[in-house]
Amino acid sequence: MSDSRRSGVIRDINGPIVTIEAPGIRSGEQVRIGEAGLLGEVISLKGEQAVVQTYESTDGVRPGEPAVGLGWPLSVELGPGLLGGIFDGIQRPLEQIALASGDYIRRGLSIPALDRSRLWAFEPSPGLEPGTPLAGGMVLGTVQETATILHRILVPPGVEGELLELAPAGEYEIEATIAQVRDARGPGRDESRRLYLYHRWPVRRPRPYSQRDDGVAPLITGQRVIDSFFPLLKGGKGAVPGPFGAGKTMVQQQIARWSNADIVIYVGCGERGNELVDVLESFPQLDDPHTGRKLMERTLLVANTSNMPVVAREASIYVGITMAEYYRDMGYDVVMLADSTSRWAEALREVSGRLGQMPVEEGYPAYLASRLAAFYERAGRVETCASASGSVTLIGAVSPPGGDFSEPVTSHTKDIIETFWALSKELADARHYPSIDWDTSFSGHVPTAAQWWADEVDHGWAARRAQALKLLSRDAELSRIVNLVGPEALSDVQRWELEGAALVKEGILQQSALDEVDTFCSPPRQFALLDLVLWIYDQGAELVGRGVPVREVQSLPFLARVRRLKSIYGNDQLEGIRHFRAEVGQALDGLRLEYDQGEASR
Amino acid sequence: MSIKEYRTAAEARGGLLVLKGTPGVAFGDRVRITDHTGGVRNGQVIRTADDEVLVLVFEGTDDLDLAETWVRFLDEPMEIALSPEILGREFNGLGEPRDGRPPILSNIRRAIAGSAINPAARTYPREFIQTGISAIDGLNSLVRGQKLPIFSGSGLPHNRLAAQIVRQARLKGEDTSFSVVFAAMGVSYTDARFFRDELASSGVLRNVVMFINLADDPPVERLLLPRTALTAAEYLAFDLDRHVLVVMTDMTYYAEALREVATAKGDVPARKGYPGYLYSDLAEIYERCGRIHERHGSITMMPVVSMPSDDITHPIPDLTGYITEGQIVLSRDLHNRGIYPPVHVSPSLSRLMKDGIGKDDTREDHPRVAAQLYALYARAQETRNLASIIGADELSERDRRYLHFADAFDARFVGQGEDEDRSIEATLNLAWELISQFPREALTRLSETDLAKYHQGED
Repeated sequence: MSDSRRSGVIRDINGPIVTIEAPGIRSGEQVRIGEAGLLGEVISLKGEQAVVQTYESTDGVRPGEPAVGLGWPLSVELGPGLLGGIFDGIQRPLEQIALASGDYIRRGLSIPALDRSRLWAFEPSPGLEPGTPLAGGMVLGTVQETATILHRILVPPGVEGELLELAPAGEYEIEATIAQVRDARGPGRDESRRLYLYHRWPVRRPRPYSQRDDGVAPLITGQRVIDSFFPLLKGGKGAVPGPFGAGKTMVQQQIARWSNADIVIYVGCGERGNELVDVLESFPQLDDPHTGRKLMERTLLVANTSNMPVVAREASIYVGITMAEYYRDMGYDVVMLADSTSRWAEALREVSGRLGQMPVEEGYPAYLASRLAAFYERAGRVETCASASGSVTLIGAVSPPGGDFSEPVTSHTKDIIETFWALSKELADARHYPSIDWDTSFSGHVPTAAQWWADEVDHGWAARRAQALKLLSRDAELSRIVNLVGPEALSDVQRWELEGAALVKEGILQQSALDEVDTFCSPPRQFALLDLVLWIYDQGAELVGRGVPVREVQSLPFLARVRRLKSIYGNDQLEGIRHFRAEVGQALDGLRLEYDQGEASR
Repeated sequence: MSIKEYRTAAEARGGLLVLKGTPGVAFGDRVRITDHTGGVRNGQVIRTADDEVLVLVFEGTDDLDLAETWVRFLDEPMEIALSPEILGREFNGLGEPRDGRPPILSNIRRAIAGSAINPAARTYPREFIQTGISAIDGLNSLVRGQKLPIFSGSGLPHNRLAAQIVRQARLKGEDTSFSVVFAAMGVSYTDARFFRDELASSGVLRNVVMFINLADDPPVERLLLPRTALTAAEYLAFDLDRHVLVVMTDMTYYAEALREVATAKGDVPARKGYPGYLYSDLAEIYERCGRIHERHGSITMMPVVSMPSDDITHPIPDLTGYITEGQIVLSRDLHNRGIYPPVHVSPSLSRLMKDGIGKDDTREDHPRVAAQLYALYARAQETRNLASIIGADELSERDRRYLHFADAFDARFVGQGEDEDRSIEATLNLAWELISQFPREALTRLSETDLAKYHQGED
């Protein structure tokens, strides 16, 4: 940042793509364009000319106006005060922008992400005496950022040297000097360097860690079809593809609401303004089921709605993931949701089109797959530089044009991720939500998740899960037969299989986000319901196997109630489910007895 | 305003004009072009370099004589004059009167490009609008500040449906009607006249502003028209505190005009020849709708999108669906069976419905009634398919009940008169009448309280 600003001049303006003449400017450098001072980023160099993508509309800008290189790449501010905030695609705080420019976003505003005047109570780490060797990622001290999140003030990665002075406990603004270090690696070798409550980090460079670890525990989302059927580990990578109207945003919002992560970063990338407002208005009122605190205290939003400038959209997911890595480095489990990566890919395509680059598939540039892969690779569970364990779980929504999963963004994403929640238009049309299709979804995390379920909930999980999936695939087979020749062709056993699959679908897989009781389903309740439904199926199958007509089993009155049970007994009412099971047991015994007597008397 | 005129046009093709030797022209600048006949055309700078400028000419470049073309850069963005006098008037895409009356004189001038509403300044839309149409109110409710397109096909009655909504839409329990901004892009003279007559006969015309570009008007002007219309809508909503309903027809013709210009510019095509920025471009239009903190007015949007060959996966409906908060889909099958409005409820959706309905807004059972109707109808559709293979006689008693339900649902719930304005209570009561054909055990989406209160069958 010590480099002097390099000034140049604008030569050509083509929408957001501006060519400038600026000798000495670097690739990736931030640039202020024109009298209005619009922010942009150098994306290519040729001789003395640089091509800049601007994050704001270039209306009214003229060739001949100045362009100034700022000397650093697109970076974010990392420090206390991020949580609870809403930022635009280049980390400008939207609430402050509203104060400065009203209801509509004015151009050329330069407002820092973090509030400069707010005071934070800093508590230095014990045992850090002058002379202690420091390295990037070490914890200098802490600040209570929100009621649940203790913000660890980290030595910025890349700084290495000896601590000269550490500030005592007290209230500080984020620009206050918290520590002085003799930096052995910095630009002015062995000079004293000041560290603040925050630091900057370039968004396109992954933050370093000590080593990668394997995931060990699933992310609990409280959604049965996810947790019980297609689990995702903390530190894993997942994708939610689906045509419009299939419920992508709902699935993402449910994960943002209920998952047992420490921090949730929601990146609205090219999506609807009203949906972000929904999050903004509802999260401050919702309680985190794991801590009982307000959800907004652990949530951070990045918003580039679809009508905001397209280049900032491309930047927004990097801004989001960099903040996610920062909290990971403090030892937290972070979930980042990117809704939607297709809009990011389209932003990439739009810029590459304006640059006249050769398109490969559907107009996308050849580097689409590698950029996607590099982005998803920033997820993971790691041992941080300070030897703590933290993770970034990355979940990307994909919006395939026409719902066609073979299109480039979906198919490249599928190659990279580990858990795939494929949303189905047919299920959504029948208002089966979440419309995650059990046929085409997959999870590469089942063995690890099974271990967790066995340790924490019940040993029977893996077997019950497999049984339910088998029943569902049997259902698909039998339904094909029914559609060809009608239900009369099925045997009683087969009809009971259909009924069992229907019970799984309606009693387990369907889960309404709007149902207060069922919107979050704890793992013990998930298993209790799954186990109950399959137990009823087994019992019924046994009766049908003995020759009881399937109609009689189907007309048992409790079958309708089983489907509704999820909305009746909440997470702390498992006793009710057990009680119900006992009642069903009696009814089944009654039927069994009746039938046995009938047999005997014949 | 710069007085300097340039006579340096070097190229004219497909609505685009290239000028040489024009230093320092601003991007997006408004341009006035005088052709060899003395006729004036309007344009806008869409690319500018040191010595060359590319101008989009809204009236097209037909019949231009390069040597006899004078170009002036006006040093201002594209903007329109606004005053309360716009109500009851009719304009073209540039905001010039089409009704033979004088232009609007006002010192309020707004750039039509608009800027993005700060998401932090938005208010979440949650006020139920009663359209009087059961398929919409009951199952895909519209709320104030929502953008809900009608996906249609050629020959389907989307214009009649849009007109009926314009006539009937009101907030529950309020009498004030909406101000209407009607934006017609590339529609036929007949369609434009239908709307004009329709609005005139229902006596709301003085509450309406029309922006019209007919099928034989210059296509390039269509690119401006929705922006001009929405600038007027923003003025009515956020300066004059009115609740505005914007009807835009037909977004497909808009997108085709965009493709035409993009192709002339040599933009890299993405799908079906449409440029890669079609999504962003449509979003710039659709996202101008909504509600803003501490402003009394609102913009609710109902664009009409005709699906080429009834294909919902075509880029225009597809990208629209990803931006709008749901869609009302019309079905040729229902239309052919004589059902009006032919709303195909299965693929229709309103994303903002959940917060606009229920106890305090419509009725406590509404959310579950909607879910139950959807579930029953989905099952009934499967039964219909089955019946078409094995014949209705082969169906079980239970399945025949579904078949009967599907027919009654299409004919009585979806179907209604063009002048029939049903209250939400009437819609929900009708729904219960249909639902009550099923025994309570089959109705798993409803709560036990709902069933006790509204189910009309015996216990």
